[in-house]
Amino acid sequence: MSNSHRTGDRRILWLLLSFLFAFGLWEAAGRWPISVAFSPFSQTFLAMVRMVANGSLLKAYASTVQPLIIGFIICGIVGGGFGIWMGLSRTTEWFSLPFFIILQAAPMAAVIPLVTYIYGIGLTSKVLAVAVLAAPVIVMNSYKGIRNTPPSLIQMCRAFLGTRTQVVVKIILPHAAAMIFTGLRLGLAMGFIGVVIAELLITPTGIGDLISYHSSVADFPEMFAAVASIVLIAAVTIHGLERLERRLFPPEVRGS
Amino acid sequence: MSADAIVELKGIGKTYETGVEALREVNHSFPAGKLSTLLGPSGCGKTTLLKIIGGLIPATTGEVLVEGKRVEGPGAERAFVFQDFALLPWATVLRNIAFGLELRGVPKEERFEIARKLIGEVGLVGFESSYPHQLSGGMRQRVGLARALAVDANIILMDEPFSSVDEQTRRKFQEELLDLLRHRQKTVIFVTHSIEEAAYLSDRIVLLSARPGTVSQIIQPNVDRSSESPDEIRRDKNYLDAVDQIWQVLKKYL
Repeated sequence: MSNSHRTGDRRILWLLLSFLFAFGLWEAAGRWPISVAFSPFSQTFLAMVRMVANGSLLKAYASTVQPLIIGFIICGIVGGGFGIWMGLSRTTEWFSLPFFIILQAAPMAAVIPLVTYIYGIGLTSKVLAVAVLAAPVIVMNSYKGIRNTPPSLIQMCRAFLGTRTQVVVKIILPHAAAMIFTGLRLGLAMGFIGVVIAELLITPTGIGDLISYHSSVADFPEMFAAVASIVLIAAVTIHGLERLERRLFPPEVRGS
Repeated sequence: MSADAIVELKGIGKTYETGVEALREVNHSFPAGKLSTLLGPSGCGKTTLLKIIGGLIPATTGEVLVEGKRVEGPGAERAFVFQDFALLPWATVLRNIAFGLELRGVPKEERFEIARKLIGEVGLVGFESSYPHQLSGGMRQRVGLARALAVDANIILMDEPFSSVDEQTRRKFQEELLDLLRHRQKTVIFVTHSIEEAAYLSDRIVLLSARPGTVSQIIQPNVDRSSESPDEIRRDKNYLDAVDQIWQVLKKYL
């Protein structure tokens, strides 16, 4: 017990050291300076404190999370549902799998200008930008989760008189749940990319506005603070989901 | 003979889509209340035959009659024990054992009570809320066996149930299986590739030929399992004769 306690302490020590090292490098590089536009860690940090204090960061996120959450929820329900359907139905698989394989490999950010062209510069376009990036991985993971069900479990369920519905509800879906969750987590990570691209490319709002505004007036510490904040939020959210996933579906029980 | 036949195979043939002919013209009647083994060289289609009897895969030709009725799919009078156990990794031992009853809509209280009784019989007391990954191979197959016993089918189909279990556990397991079956009126059809296992367990051994598999010979080891101890059986002259007899047939196909 005390032993594991000590290794835990040591891990935290290393973690702090690595942060210290990275921030130290950043500070040194900023003071060198590499470029006048590259502000050191200390100034960025102070800028972030200022932006939190004056409320501009909070206001920016209040608008950034809207397309992110709406797009992600739509993707989760429609994309996850479609992936499950694709895994269950050979016909659906036949006509849509090639499409999603291409979508998954394609740099979807390239279609965002097209989205703007069709849907204008409002919230709809930004929601679509999130959806377009997040959907492929959500659909494909749900599909693979369904398709990876061990045939022997399905055969077992049939042997004990399970109906098709019972096979789906009691075997296939529980088995796929872990992989569907992974898909949602990866989809949210893509959604963060989508929303930032949308806010930089379509019309500057929220965090995209903070980044482009501060860079245009050469407030580089503020600009870096805005960039750092979105990196921080995305990283913490995704990491949190990963931990939740490991708790909900421990590797021994997830079966896939 | 056919008066007490519970499972009848009539001209069973199976050819896979790939063109491989696994079984040809298999005719046999399995007597009720006995343990029959399907034994043959590897690839002779014995597992395929068992799955056809179980209604899990269709035969290409011929028909299977169970209690006089033609098999169209799985049925309540047959229960299956799988080679790879086929346990739900996300379910506890208790739920896995009760799973067949769960599919039949038996209320939770009732099916868990049946499962708990079987847990005692197969020696898994204390593991009710464990998950399959926490159990050894032998214990997992006990769960598989208990699940098959829980639905109280007349016929138990066992597909190489002990093949993924180590030799020592396997012997122990064979003895316990005979114990479990002694006070139950079950018909067991058992697939194995082990000659000793077949001779030790079976009332009747159906030897299949090499692919395409067909019934080559039937051997009835005249071993008195009711009075002899497991170790006595393994020294019994009839047991040893049966082992030798099986080997004489099987080596032709190697």
